[in-house]
Amino acid sequence: MKPTYVISENIVSSLGFTAAENTDGLIKGATGIRIHHETTLYPNPVALSLIDTHHLDQRFEVILNKFKKEHRAGSYTRLEKMLILSISDALQGIPVRVDDSKLILMLSTTKGNIDLLEDRYTAKFDHKRVYLWALAAVIREFFGLANTPYIISNACISGVMALIKASRLLRSAKYDYAIIAGGDIASEFVISGFQSFQALSSEPCKPFDLNRKGLSLGEGCGTIVLSVNPPDVSSCSILVAGGSVSNDANHISGPSRTGEELSMAIDTAIRESGIVNNDIDYISAHGTATPFNDEMEAKAISLSGMNEVPVNSFKGYWGHTLGASGIMESAALIGSMKMNCLFRSAGFETPGVIEPINVIKETIYKPVSTCLKTASGFGGCNAALVFQKI
Amino acid sequence: MDKQITAYTYIGEGKVVVNKRLIFYQEKITTFAEFIKSLYKQEQLAYPKFYKMDSLSKLGFISAELLLRNENPGRFKPGSLAVVLANSSSSLDTDLAHQESIRNRSAYFPSPSVFVYTLANIVIGEICIRHGIKGENAFLVSEKFNPGQLQEYVSDLLDNNQAEACICGWVEILGSNFKAVAALVEKDGSLASLKTEYNPLPFTEAALNELMKVN
Repeated sequence: MKPTYVISENIVSSLGFTAAENTDGLIKGATGIRIHHETTLYPNPVALSLIDTHHLDQRFEVILNKFKKEHRAGSYTRLEKMLILSISDALQGIPVRVDDSKLILMLSTTKGNIDLLEDRYTAKFDHKRVYLWALAAVIREFFGLANTPYIISNACISGVMALIKASRLLRSAKYDYAIIAGGDIASEFVISGFQSFQALSSEPCKPFDLNRKGLSLGEGCGTIVLSVNPPDVSSCSILVAGGSVSNDANHISGPSRTGEELSMAIDTAIRESGIVNNDIDYISAHGTATPFNDEMEAKAISLSGMNEVPVNSFKGYWGHTLGASGIMESAALIGSMKMNCLFRSAGFETPGVIEPINVIKETIYKPVSTCLKTASGFGGCNAALVFQKI
Repeated sequence: MDKQITAYTYIGEGKVVVNKRLIFYQEKITTFAEFIKSLYKQEQLAYPKFYKMDSLSKLGFISAELLLRNENPGRFKPGSLAVVLANSSSSLDTDLAHQESIRNRSAYFPSPSVFVYTLANIVIGEICIRHGIKGENAFLVSEKFNPGQLQEYVSDLLDNNQAEACICGWVEILGSNFKAVAALVEKDGSLASLKTEYNPLPFTEAALNELMKVN
């Protein structure tokens, strides 16, 4: 089996449009979550991490000019603009030909262009554009990709799952390169739904904290490019070492009571990586800040014997970005590995889960070489992925 | 031993076929809701949560129910059975219902019991709960049925010991258009074939394609 190397990454969020802009924001420790009163998104004020539309359009114009596209910016949806920006940034400066037949685009999203169901967009865009494969076709056409994109829509583990599946496709020599891109927007559709669940926090979310009151929604995109060849110039090489997916078989909208199933995915991913649980020196958790999710994750981490391992959640910085979250958070984890820096878990002050776990309170610089990314979602799904520095 | 399809179900054009046998036929389908309710009643399924499900989950749930009905429940360990499903319109059928509930600010009634089904993989969650399945689960989206993609995903899982067996298939519904094909794929189907009238098929892209054409 071939090793799979990370050769570039991007994050588009309220904190910035590149991985570097985002890690700068993480170092500063500022959150991108604000109370917004956008009546097109929700009748009442709500805490969200939003990408500035003016800024997004400005950046997108630059990309349109660069790619010499005849299409006008207005013919792309908000999510398409975000995804194109994210992918084009990740492709910069790497030796990858986009029309290579051994390259696959993996697209991870939960709701795609769901805003197109709103009355204000029905006249502007073909109704077909709400299908995930139509969104993928726009991205494929923009970059001139040789292959039909591979689409994964598995709730909030979509991003981690897309990375796992991409690494398997590369390891079995089906492709040489994979662009794994995930994106979701903050839409009235999603905000109203989570509000009806009473799952949203009235203030920026506080993962693993005693006073956590629910999640904060965000919008964003992440892109990671994997290759069977090591990166040309880099101080270190980061490998995707192993991954696993499991199901709770318990409840469609509530997590496992025991955390056993997430722990099972963690242990399998670690075993597949040829290492032991003790080797993990950092965990980027899902950490949504709902009471039950964080409790379940703490139980799973404990069951896997990793109570002492530093853990954080990036949700306190840019909210829960659904199908994008696993990729954005993995890209931030890659930043941690490159910089040997563990970012504080924004919003965390007082331990608030029963199982004691080591949530990162202050950003610290220390060697980071073997990391675990986890995710869990509606439908009872869990995913775990190991990254290794060599 | 090569991977085999040891059971399959087909729901479409008013017909329900399980392992080559036509078990249900409705010449004139009024609505999906009526069709699936009649099927549920004829098969004497008793699972009250069924009535809370959205159409996509009902379709996938019944497919899995018919697929596994003759199985010895202990034959698969919880973590060794996987579920990989795909379709074209994701959860759009229910998305439209949720969007309708927030269309007017004067009648703004988003409902958690509808919203929870606006994720395509919830159907997999329902199947996993019903049968205690804890293995890998994945929902893929493609414009048209893509047997090559499904065959590759499932083969990779079985070949690399991520699963011993897998329920895979296509579960598509939008309005009154629906079709579901599900197959139970096993690493070694020789044991399963002893107890059914159905001869296992080799698990190939062509075999999956054939299952879509059952008539």
